[in-house]
Amino acid sequence: MKTVLFNNVYVKARATAVGPMEKEGPLAALFDKTYDDLYCSETTFEKAERILVSDACDIALRKAKLKVNDLDLVIGGDLINQLTSSHYFARDLDCSFIGMYGACSTSSLVIGQGALWLEHALDKNVMCFTSSHNATAERQFRYPNEYGVQKKECTTYTVTGAGACILTKEPTAIKVSAFSVGQIIDWDQSDVNDMGKAMAPAAYETLCAHLKNRNLKIEDYDAIVTGDLSKIGFSFLCDMLLEKEMVIDNRLNDCGLMIYDLNEQNVFAGGSGCACSMCVSMSKLLNEVEQGKYKRLLVIATGALLSTVATQQKESIPCIAHAIEYEWRNME
Amino acid sequence: MIYLNAFLVCGTLSLMGQLIYDNTKLTPGHITSIFVVLGAFLDLFHIYDMILNFGGMGASIPITSFGHSLMHAAMEKVQDIGFLGLAIGMFDMVAPGISAAIFFAFLTAMIFKAKS
Repeated sequence: MKTVLFNNVYVKARATAVGPMEKEGPLAALFDKTYDDLYCSETTFEKAERILVSDACDIALRKAKLKVNDLDLVIGGDLINQLTSSHYFARDLDCSFIGMYGACSTSSLVIGQGALWLEHALDKNVMCFTSSHNATAERQFRYPNEYGVQKKECTTYTVTGAGACILTKEPTAIKVSAFSVGQIIDWDQSDVNDMGKAMAPAAYETLCAHLKNRNLKIEDYDAIVTGDLSKIGFSFLCDMLLEKEMVIDNRLNDCGLMIYDLNEQNVFAGGSGCACSMCVSMSKLLNEVEQGKYKRLLVIATGALLSTVATQQKESIPCIAHAIEYEWRNME
Repeated sequence: MIYLNAFLVCGTLSLMGQLIYDNTKLTPGHITSIFVVLGAFLDLFHIYDMILNFGGMGASIPITSFGHSLMHAAMEKVQDIGFLGLAIGMFDMVAPGISAAIFFAFLTAMIFKAKS
């Protein structure tokens, strides 16, 4: 597994926009924009998702005091077929665009890709975004919500939201220092209702490879946060690490467990979706880095790359995890 | 007593469905199909008719009743006109159910919008 190091990539601005369920969650105060209904005042869920993307990007640009012309490249992704939300949003941008798909790992993938472009090819700014919407993703991967199928306790709840960040070469407090490009791991799990457990091995492999390539230990990080492993997948990951006698002591967490209050909200085993890791890392986690509370942070976004056709043909679910490392940089 | 019987029959069928759903990887689609086949199979020796007599609505509401109606109507037509009756008669008893499903789905789709 390859780990790429960066010397000149920083996060200039970041923004998030989320839906009603996330607004009721514990991180509500940290999101830039929240909506009370899943339609976001639009007529369809797909359009609503696009509104979330456009809000997140708009707020990020305003925070960075930039215009679209100042961007060299925009990279985005979401969960719907043909990356509908990203492509239809980018239609209105007068800017070079790359759409990427890595299921829920897309968040780390776009940021890593943006950092690569900035480090080696471009001069100005790169904007990265991802989005997901509960109603559109459920329809895409499981059943439409209105079909009313009974959910199993091990399923996850797709986060409705979008997150955007602007990467730049000018130094800021948050440095993007490394990117581990994951490889596909398939431990022959085929239950579409328990993707957390399927993704845990991928997170484990990426974490071990990243630590080895960087020559660091878990203790060197203030926090290591996985994307959306769910309660089940997360405990599976912890078990695997403990078996290898790694010291975890509360450094490990999962975005899907942070964004909702699992005891109060009806979200089954936790949050998922590519907005899950994006919204949590762009708000809570990078706030902590910016304030210097986390000197070094690792975000491992995990993705279950299932195809609904392949799973119906009884194939297993290939999974991947990409890791992005952020470092706090003293600005004084 | 009829209420209790209805509850027992429908409740037992629902419990079976729930147990299958919770303990296997079968999807709701699979389970529905299994119950249709089960209902059709129980038409053998008129077992399902006995259950209907015993449980009343409790036996005619679950999807097993759909399977039973398919089979029952087909077999009746077979006795009337022979082998072709299998295809001709099959939907005789379930036609009202199917038509009602289409009609009410249409009405619902006209009036309501999905909330989530």
